[in-house]
Amino acid sequence: MLSEVGYSLLVVFGVLLAVVTVAAGLIWYERRLLALWQDRYGPNRTGPFGSLQVVADMVKIFAKEDWIPPFADKPVFVLAPAIAMVATLMSFAVVPFAPNIQVVNLNIGLLFFLGMSSMGVYSVVLGGWASNSKYPLLGALRGSAQMLSYEVFMGLSLMGVVVQAGSFNLMEIVEAQRSIWFIGPQFLGFLVFVIAGAAELRRSPFDLPEAESELIAGFHAEYSGIKFGMFYVGEYIGLTLISSMITTLFLGGWMGPLLPPPLWFAIKSFLFITLFILIRSALPRPRYDQLMSLGWKVMLPLALANVAVTGAVVAATAG
Amino acid sequence: MLSAIQTVWRVFLHAFRRRETIQYPEQRAYLSPRYKGRIILSRDPDGSERCVACYLCAAACPVDCIALQAAEDETGRRYPAWFRINFSRCIFCGYCEEACPTYAIQLTPDFEMSEYRRQEMVYEKEDLLISGEGKYPGYNYYRVAGVAIGGKDKGEGADELPPVDTRSLMP
Repeated sequence: MLSEVGYSLLVVFGVLLAVVTVAAGLIWYERRLLALWQDRYGPNRTGPFGSLQVVADMVKIFAKEDWIPPFADKPVFVLAPAIAMVATLMSFAVVPFAPNIQVVNLNIGLLFFLGMSSMGVYSVVLGGWASNSKYPLLGALRGSAQMLSYEVFMGLSLMGVVVQAGSFNLMEIVEAQRSIWFIGPQFLGFLVFVIAGAAELRRSPFDLPEAESELIAGFHAEYSGIKFGMFYVGEYIGLTLISSMITTLFLGGWMGPLLPPPLWFAIKSFLFITLFILIRSALPRPRYDQLMSLGWKVMLPLALANVAVTGAVVAATAG
Repeated sequence: MLSAIQTVWRVFLHAFRRRETIQYPEQRAYLSPRYKGRIILSRDPDGSERCVACYLCAAACPVDCIALQAAEDETGRRYPAWFRINFSRCIFCGYCEEACPTYAIQLTPDFEMSEYRRQEMVYEKEDLLISGEGKYPGYNYYRVAGVAIGGKDKGEGADELPPVDTRSLMP
């Protein structure tokens, strides 16, 4: 009994530590990769290949003055960055890293993930509203509209997977991919989910809520010091989360030959993290109405058609 | 959509390109000899100062960073008693070099002049004066100028004709 509790605690803190470390390390990873694709070097001075850059940044950001603008709504202003981190970290509770490494095996794991990622919109809205100034408010407006509309077909794109696996339980979804990974039969759903995931992360090319060139930093323009750091790391935790969800739902999760399961999971996740960084380095930001029309006029019908066809095929073969 | 994928692929191919960065402290970019960097005062081939303290550099300077005081030695030769350039004001435009009639003040391809204290950005004459001739080797202002100076009278300069006796000119 005691050893069971001990194991659970070990998994909880292990996952927490691993995820936060990976997310912080991604800051360095992304900067190096962006530099590689722009024919530069990126941070390469602090430590081997500049890998201690994150430590230096962390020391700097912790040592900064924790300043709240006098015109801000103080309690909400403090709460928003915490929501950004907590909402994404909570989703990791249901991610199966390996057959026996999962914090909680919920039977509605997928719904829990969708719910928690929807909570993330509160950090944007509250952060922008509590800042009580123009650009953050505009960023928050854009962010809420974008995330709400992309949320719709993000959920719908996963229903094909649910229909095929016959379960909302993420462990069972992974098990259902023993014969064939869902990226094959659910390729359309996969595409829609990748695009919706990038929009959900507010990452370039869907970074309209923070759009440096027009809104300075959008919803977190008034944030500095450790609160800004939480938004920043929260974004990378989100990137890790979406990549591990793609791995779990479409690439067979921890399954693979020879190597141990957690390693396969990490390899597949990093493949998608790299892909998201590559997309960021290559594509420009669309106009706001282009973003919305892509969402509602292209992605939503695609996701709906995917669900309908998958449902029809599954019903026909079962019947 | 297709063009977006093409863009992503082309950016990916940049991973195999040579990186353009020059890793500064270890590698250095080539600076041409006429690069406009740290200002120096040069000397004649025989080792004396070229500067004749004419104030033209100070007058040409758009930010007024040059200050000097003219003096004259016992042979009638002019020189700066002190010469001061405030490099925290200098914009390295090179107007002083263009204004200088004796090639004394010159800009060099050196830019590593950072200091922790602003006061140390003010260079005095002994900081500015170098032992060599700079960009114009062999040039000696007083050898080609038609002025009488200690040890050299009128008409004794290089390529110089003897002075004309204006009183002997008869129509």
